[in-house]
Formats: sequence, C-alpha cells, structure tokens
Amino acid sequence: MNPLLSVADLHVGFGRTPEANEVVKGVSFDLPAGKTLAIVGESGSGKSVTALSINRLVDFGGGRVTRGRILLRRDDGSELDVTAADERELMHVRGRDIGMIFQEPMTSLNPVHTIGAQIAEAFRISRGLVGSEAERAAREALDRVRIPDAAQRLRYYPHQLSGGMRQRVMIAMVLASNPRLLIADEPTTALDVTVQAQIMALLHELREELGMAMIFITHDIGLVAGIADDIMVMQNGVAVEQGTLDTVLDRPQHDYTKHLLNAVPHFTFGKTVRDDGARDGAPPVVTVDNLAVRFPVTKGLFRTRVGAVHAVDGVDFDLAAGETLAIVGESGSGKSTTARAILGLVEATRGSIEAKSGRSRRPVQMVFQDPYASLNPRLSVEELLAEPAIASGQRVDTSLRDRMAFLLERVGLTREALTRYPHQFSGGQRQRLCIARALMLNPDVVVLDEAVSALDVSVQARVLDLLIDLQRELGLAYLFISHDMAVVERIAHRIAVMYAGQIVEIGSAAAVLASPQHSYTKRLIAAVPAVERRRQRFTIDATQVPSLVRPAGFEPPPARWRDAGADHRVRMEDAG
Amino acid sequence: MRGILRAIAGHSSGRIGAAIILVYIAAAILAAVGLTPHDPLTQFRIDRLTGPSATYLMGTDLLGRDTFSRLMLGIGQSFTIAFSAVALATIAGTIIGLVAAWWGHLWDGVLMRTMDVLLAFPAILLAMLIVAIAGPGTFTSVAAIAIVYTPIFARVVRGPALSLKQRDFVDAARTFGSSQSYILTRHLLLNLVAPLTVQVTLALAWALLTEAALSFLGLGTQPPAPSLGVMLSDSKNLMTQAPWLMIFPGLTIMLGILGFNLFGDALRDILDPRTQERPA
Repeated sequence: MNPLLSVADLHVGFGRTPEANEVVKGVSFDLPAGKTLAIVGESGSGKSVTALSINRLVDFGGGRVTRGRILLRRDDGSELDVTAADERELMHVRGRDIGMIFQEPMTSLNPVHTIGAQIAEAFRISRGLVGSEAERAAREALDRVRIPDAAQRLRYYPHQLSGGMRQRVMIAMVLASNPRLLIADEPTTALDVTVQAQIMALLHELREELGMAMIFITHDIGLVAGIADDIMVMQNGVAVEQGTLDTVLDRPQHDYTKHLLNAVPHFTFGKTVRDDGARDGAPPVVTVDNLAVRFPVTKGLFRTRVGAVHAVDGVDFDLAAGETLAIVGESGSGKSTTARAILGLVEATRGSIEAKSGRSRRPVQMVFQDPYASLNPRLSVEELLAEPAIASGQRVDTSLRDRMAFLLERVGLTREALTRYPHQFSGGQRQRLCIARALMLNPDVVVLDEAVSALDVSVQARVLDLLIDLQRELGLAYLFISHDMAVVERIAHRIAVMYAGQIVEIGSAAAVLASPQHSYTKRLIAAVPAVERRRQRFTIDATQVPSLVRPAGFEPPPARWRDAGADHRVRMEDAG
Repeated sequence: MRGILRAIAGHSSGRIGAAIILVYIAAAILAAVGLTPHDPLTQFRIDRLTGPSATYLMGTDLLGRDTFSRLMLGIGQSFTIAFSAVALATIAGTIIGLVAAWWGHLWDGVLMRTMDVLLAFPAILLAMLIVAIAGPGTFTSVAAIAIVYTPIFARVVRGPALSLKQRDFVDAARTFGSSQSYILTRHLLLNLVAPLTVQVTLALAWALLTEAALSFLGLGTQPPAPSLGVMLSDSKNLMTQAPWLMIFPGLTIMLGILGFNLFGDALRDILDPRTQERPA
C-alpha cells in the first residue's frame, strides 16, 4: 500500500531568489497512515519549514518550494502533488486532510471570541454544522480532549484558560476536520513538564482512537522517545539521519545524532549527577530562613485588602560555598520569586536572608533567563561590563579593562568584543557576556534564574560546562533555578523541589532524583521525558496547581518534615 | 549619527524635509548677520504697496518695507522662539515623565494628572491665557509654548520608561547596586533618545504654528520686529489690494511646518526599533 505522505527531494528557499537562499536542502521521507514521524533539530535546522511545506503554509512566510515532490494520498485514494496544487485545492488540504498545532496556543486562538465559538466555527467550515449541532459537536470535542466541565468551558475566552488547556482547545479545533495527518510543531515547548506529559498522553490516545498519522517536530530527542515510530534528525536543512526509533536512538550513525544523544543533557533518574564537591560542614554562604513573599490582592474603590498571593511561603534552605543548589518547580511555584527576594528585587514579607559577605561587598550576583532582555542594547560590551564596577565605586582604568578582557576570555569570548554591542552576538554568546558581567565583582554566589533555558540544546550543554568549570575554578556557589530536570541533573549537587510556594522536598541530587518521596516530586519526575522511556504511555493526570490566593490573615500550618536519608528531607503531605 | 544622516539622505520625504529646514536656517542666519536685499525695518515711502518685482522680490507693505527681507528676519524670530520653547518643553517633559514612571504611585498620580489638566485645554487657548497673564513679548511666548507642549513630552517619555523599568537589564543594574541616577540616565534615558528625537521634530512644527498664531493675535512678537505671525496679521486688512503680503508669509509658515513634519516622519521610520539594526 502506498504511504499517506511521500516527500521526495524537497528544497525550500526564501527571499527574492529562493534557489540561492535554501533553508531545506533535499529532504525525503515516507509516512504510512497511522504512524508517527518525529523531526528533531535545533533552531535554524529547517525542521519547521519542512513541516510547513507539507501544507504549503510556508508560502505565507515568504518561502517557496524550489524543487521536489510532496505526494499526499487523499480520502478518495487519489494522489495530490502538494507542490503543484493551486490555492483552492490547498485550502481543502489544510482544512480537511492535514491538521496543525503550534507552539504558542495563545497566539493561535482569537482572544475576542469564546473557545466554544471558535471550535463551532471549525465544525461549520469542515463539516457544515450550524447552530446547536455545531455547539454539541464543540462540546463533544472538548470532552474528547479531556477538558473537564466542557459545557461551561465553551463560554470561556482563551485568556481564562491555562497554557495546557489552550493547547487542548487547539487540538479540539484540529480534530473537527478529522484529519488523517496531524502536524505538531513543538506543541509542548511552552508548557510545564507535567502539562507536557498530559498533552503527550492525549496525542497518543487520539492517535490510537482516530488512526491519524502524525509529524512531531521538536528539539528534544528525549521527548520523541515516548511517541515516535520513526525519527528524522535535521541539521542545516539536511536530514542527517533517518530511521526507526530504536535504530536511531540505540545505534546512531551520524556525528550530530551522537552529539544530540550524548553531549546534550538527558534525564537519567539521578544516575549522572555530579560527584564532586560533597558538603564538608563548611559554614553556609547564604542562609534563607522562613522566607515569605506575598503580593496583596485588593478589591473595590478603596483598595481594601481582601487577601494575598502567597508566592513564596515559608522557605528555608542554606547554600554552602562551592556547591550548586537547584530549585526546581513549574511556573508559578515561586522559584523565581525566591531568587528575586535573595537579590532584593522583591521585598520579603517575612523571614531572613543572610548572605555572608566574603570577597565582595555584593556577594550575590544574578544571571537572568533572557540574554536579549538583560543587556541594555544601547551600551557597548565595555560599558556593560564596567557597570558593576562603577556601581561599587571603582574607576574605569587599565586594571579594570584587564579584568574585563580576562573574564571575556575566560567565558570564551575575545578581547575585541569590548567595543561591540549586544545585538552583534548570538544568544549563547550573550549569556556568556551576562556570566562575565556577574563575575566582575568577584561574587561568592551566583543566582542563575533559568540561565540556560532560552538557549538551543547544544549551546545549553556548552554553557553548562562553562558554568561547572567556573564553579571549580573560582569556588562559586550557584543557586540554579530551573524547570528542566535534565539540566538540573547535570549541574546540581543538591535539589530543592518547590510546589505552590513551598519547598516540598530537599536533599542531595542523587537522592531526590532516584528516589523521590513527595507525591509532587514523583509526579514531576514521572513526567520528564527521557531517551530510555521508549513508547511510554504517560497517564493522563488532570491535577491542577492549587490557587495561591489566600484570604487576608491566612497563615499556613507549620511544616512538618521527615528524613528520608542522610541528606534528604520531605515535607509531610497532610500538613499542607 | 553619521548613519542616521545617511539614512535621511536616502529617505525621499526626509530629503525634502531636511532641504526645507536647511534653507530656512540659512535664511535666518543671513538675516541675522544683516545680509538681506534691503534693510527689513527701513521704510521706502515712495514704494509703498508695490507688487513683486526685480527690486522687491515679494513686494512691499503699507509702510514700504521689503517683504522678502522681513520674511528672512521673521523666520529667524519664529525659529528662535520655536526652538527655545521646544528645548524647554523637552527638558521639562522628560524630567516629569521619568519621575512619574520611576517613582510611580503618588508622583505619577500628581504629575500626570497635572499634565492631563494642561492637555485638556486647546493649545492656543492655553498659550493665550499664559501670555495674557504675563504680558506679551518674546520671552513670554517661549514660556507659554513650552508649557503647552510639556505634557506631550511627559507622556511620550512616561510610556516607554514604564516598560523599560520592567526590563531585565534594569533589574540586573539593581543587583549590582547601581545608583538611581546611573540607571535613569544609562538604562532609561539612553533608550528614550529615539522616540524623543522624533517627538522633538514634530513638536517644532506645532510650535512654529503656535508662535505664528500668538503673533497674529498680537500676543507674541511686538512690532516693528517682524515675525511670520505679525506679518500675516499686518496683511489682513490689505488682502484684496496687496495679496502678496498675505500669500508669502502664509506659504512660508506652511512650507516650514511641512518641512518639519516630513523630517519627523523620516526620523520615525529610521529610528523605529523594528527597522533599526545599528546602535545609534
């Protein structure tokens, strides 16, 4: 039997002379009905452009298919060459045969219509349903993507739903046309890891139910291990390796695939944690005691305080010299607020933060998540690096310039960078600049707030290695805030898991990752994709994060802890 | 800076706007050093109300003064007032906008509500009110126009300053312990240069018009010193007998405003962060 989709020697170019600016340079693959192909690559590898060419959406982004064939087998068994089809046929292809979901569901949904109206619209276009029929179909579609209380949710607007819910709504809309091929372009990248697991489980179930074929685009080779039948690895517009899931993951042939599998952080359940720098009873450099950060919630004309968002509620930990404490948790868990409180960027409502001033008057420095936003675009690198020194009353002289040049070279840039401006550097280089800037004052502690999350996976690996080298060389302590368990496993000595503003589990990295005790930690670790978890069926778990808004005067009951090992403490759950 | 000049030269409306402004500035400088065809204040009694000719390029007025020479001097007078007023408004508006954005709360409320009150009056009415209180003259015109345009600059600064305040690089500066003055100048003001430059050129066009209006009403520049508004005012009773007295000052005002508007539009295109690549 012929495959559902057959792509042969696909070339796609952009600009006025697409032949000269090719982004996809000769990609071929076959996709049988009901199977899943994963396209893996980093930004700029051409993976998204390949996928967008299949329904010719690439035309709207200024791209053109310059060579090759895309044969799609249609409902009636006829074959259509998508590269030669006219716009009318393509509209039919996009509406009926091929469904697509994108990374950011908020921008794919219209903010001024209810989701019910948008799903009903999809049914009207693809099935011709109107009125109450369309509404019933919309409700069934929401049921099918496991959205609880579907009837009520139909009247919600996109902003009233969480990211995971919005992605499910997108999937519901796509299902309206009952497509035989679903293209998912990084559908879970913007989501928390437990929500990602829910979406993956949903896609898996729907694929079984409906017999759809799927093209799954991602930068995370660990994620596809759970869902793909075949894998295609792309680099610079070329498919460097293609094969079945097991062949590619177990016996990679191409160097780039090997690099993706070995150099890039992968989660291994605590088997590859760092074994250097065990705690030797040295006094801590930072001690956080019973830290609480609350933001008031006011209501009405007179701004009466009706309650507070308990962003951080009773957090204790200490950080020893030369060690990395990772704070992991999902968005809204309070991990970034904790970091910002330590730097004094938000005011603590209660509790104490003691930083021992050792080498510098400002012993704690910070590296932010977004290397594009944390460097003033109008200042040269020299001015950027000089700022911390100027702030502490130093003069910009030869010795300071020597220190700048030394740090630049230490983080892998050259002295010549001093006269350049931030926009002349790539994301990874900018993050190196931020690290150099944080080290200008010779701090004891560096707070890294999602410092590698915005980077491509292989750049991420190199920046992590740099951070580990710097830590050993300069005796730095890191407070590493991250949602990415694979990265945390690479760099952390100790891990604190935060959930709803509180630490629920803290201990040595190996202990927490290998034998999680708290129910949330267990759920978190079960959701992390990993190369070794082949064709794993995530179970759909609809647990929602509890609301952090508490009535005025609310105090959480005191935490009770139990020891689960030498350096491993777990919060007792009935207490919270 | 050189990059911006080159970009303006390559921008069609920017080229026209820049050319008009340069011609006006050249005329004003020539008049200031006395290089006019005739003395602007001398009354050639026998040549009263003659039409444009080779001797008097744009004719003469009721007192026999050369319109062309008076226009050159008038441009200088109007430009001086407009430039000084906009400079004052820029400085005052920037400070008010920055203070409101940075300290927020009470400062923001008090300052911006005051600005709203000023903005609620039509520009010319407010300027007239101020001049009526302080008495007419060059200095009061400058002050009045500056006060009228300060709220616009305060608003133009406050919006972007509020968003810059939230940016990571400002947080980063706080973690180094940078002083407020350093953050305000290096991180906020430096990033506000582009929107401010555009606003300055556009405000110059409005200021020119407001000055002409005040002088026309007899509240700005006082005769016998010429200004574009004064000349227009002088011509209004002679509209049918000597139309050139009205046409030339009118055209001069119109072209000047057009020049600044074209130039401002070009600057906006060039300095827009979405099109701009190089650091300015």
